[in-house]
Amino acid sequence: MDLAKSLRSNMYVELARRNLTRHTVRTALAAIGIIIGVIAISSMGILGNSLKLSVSESLGDVGNELIVYPAYGEETITEKQLGQLEKVSGVEYVIPVLASTGKVEYKGEATYGNIYGIEKDNVLQLVEVEDGKIFRAGSSDCVVGANLVKHFGIKVGGKITLKDSQFRVVGILGEAGFGFGISPDQAVFISPQAYEKIYEDQADGYNNVIMKVKSVDDVEIVKTAIEDRLNKREEVVHVLATNSILDSIDDIFNSISLFLMGIGSISLLVAGVSILNVMLMSTMERTKEIGIMKAVGASRKDVLKMFMLEALFLGIAASLIGGVLSLGGGFVVNILILKESSYFFAPSNFLYIIAGVLFGIVTSLVGGMYPAWKAANMRPLDALRYE
Amino acid sequence: MSDPIVELQNVTKKYILGSNEIYALNKVTLSINKGDFATIMGPSGSGKSTLLNMVGCLDLPTEGIVKINGIDISTLDDDELTAIRRNNIGFIFQQFNLIQALTAIENVEMPMIFNNAPADLRREKALLMFARANLEPEYADHKPNELSGGQQQRVAIARALANDPPIILADEPTGNLDTKTGKSVMDLLSDLNAKGTTVIVVTHDQKLAEYSNMNIRLRDGEVCHGPG
Repeated sequence: MDLAKSLRSNMYVELARRNLTRHTVRTALAAIGIIIGVIAISSMGILGNSLKLSVSESLGDVGNELIVYPAYGEETITEKQLGQLEKVSGVEYVIPVLASTGKVEYKGEATYGNIYGIEKDNVLQLVEVEDGKIFRAGSSDCVVGANLVKHFGIKVGGKITLKDSQFRVVGILGEAGFGFGISPDQAVFISPQAYEKIYEDQADGYNNVIMKVKSVDDVEIVKTAIEDRLNKREEVVHVLATNSILDSIDDIFNSISLFLMGIGSISLLVAGVSILNVMLMSTMERTKEIGIMKAVGASRKDVLKMFMLEALFLGIAASLIGGVLSLGGGFVVNILILKESSYFFAPSNFLYIIAGVLFGIVTSLVGGMYPAWKAANMRPLDALRYE
Repeated sequence: MSDPIVELQNVTKKYILGSNEIYALNKVTLSINKGDFATIMGPSGSGKSTLLNMVGCLDLPTEGIVKINGIDISTLDDDELTAIRRNNIGFIFQQFNLIQALTAIENVEMPMIFNNAPADLRREKALLMFARANLEPEYADHKPNELSGGQQQRVAIARALANDPPIILADEPTGNLDTKTGKSVMDLLSDLNAKGTTVIVVTHDQKLAEYSNMNIRLRDGEVCHGPG
């Protein structure tokens, strides 16, 4: 209440308010421009951010893995190279992976899947068995990824066929999402012994090796250590750090956010021009009034203050309305494009709303600057004569 | 013992219109003393408005010196001129020129705001000026368009008095008023002059000269001496 009273006793503030409400329709139209601009910027920012969040969530916790591939020209990772990899320090586990793509048959139906030969303990480090148990080493048991289970309607105890060999499904995996090194959802995991039996024609050695570094901070150090150790004479392995992929995915989505906000800011630019237009009109109309004020003692600063306050109030009011509406706008965009609203509630999204509101206010001030400057520098005599 | 508050020395105001030079004022020299009631008269185009604008620091001479309260204004910039106006001159216009968005009392407060007077003092003093301009306080919260012409001109006079200026400049103050109201406005100005304010009135109404102790007649930008 005290604030309202002190605002009322400041005539600049009061005058700005009255002048804005003098032409309600015109003020409202200028405000709508800003409101739309703020909504556009905030919603686009929120959309980009939510996209990023949804992708990084499905990538999950793969930030401290290193995938070692045979270098270009090499066929596999050899047992000897594997031995060297196991000697690198700072590593939690080293998992050699036998992999191929092949036909998976179940009750007469067939589809393609990834077939992995990985030791059972290692499988458990990479994925979670949701139903059933892990296969025994050397057995003709298997565990199957979530997508394949869904596709076939496989139950624990069912039988699938890989390359004419039957495997009993003893475990079903939970949904794992996208991964590096292996793609578990579309996979059949069997023991390496069983794998070598059905793919006996495949060259010796492993397709790739998944290594987990103990600490995320050491990923680069371990990567360099591997390269130093194995690629001494010629490049035989290629090491991929998953965190660098995550970083570049982050970069990509930041660029997407920025691009989307850029599109949104075009509407704010248009709004800024309409503020400029409205304020110019109003300075022209009030030329005589400006002349009177200057005659009775208003300095350039006083006049500048009066007009900038109008732009500021218009900007604040419109931007805040825009900010509130972008809560709704961001929500709707998330539902329409991501078909999901949960990412909308991420705290980082509210930064985009704050950014949108600030952009809105700044745009109004920039739009108001030239008219205010023009008003302040009118020669009092010319302004007084203006009819 | 003369005590000039307004001094013009060889003041010339020249406009270029196409290839013609037009002299709105031509080598005008005059001085108005503190406490004078001066009328400036002359036909239209004689330069009386230009002279008034010069004294009001709204316009600068092409040549010559204008001194207001001893200060030579010809070298001042816009903000310095504004400060001189604010502290020395109260304006009264033919069309009243009140700010429509403000109430009567706020119009009177306005010059004090530009002078950074504190808010509580402002209202008090504005009401005092209201009284000095013979306005009923009940009109304080009316908007200008809710007042009669005479009332509006009184509000304008109250506004002109707000910062206690030593000089009041009036440009055809009765031009938009009926005879009776016009007379009351002139009586008010005369009254203010009696209390020590220097009053300068531009008019082409001969009758107003009766109020003055000094009558400056202009013709073609020059001061005419003697009658006519």
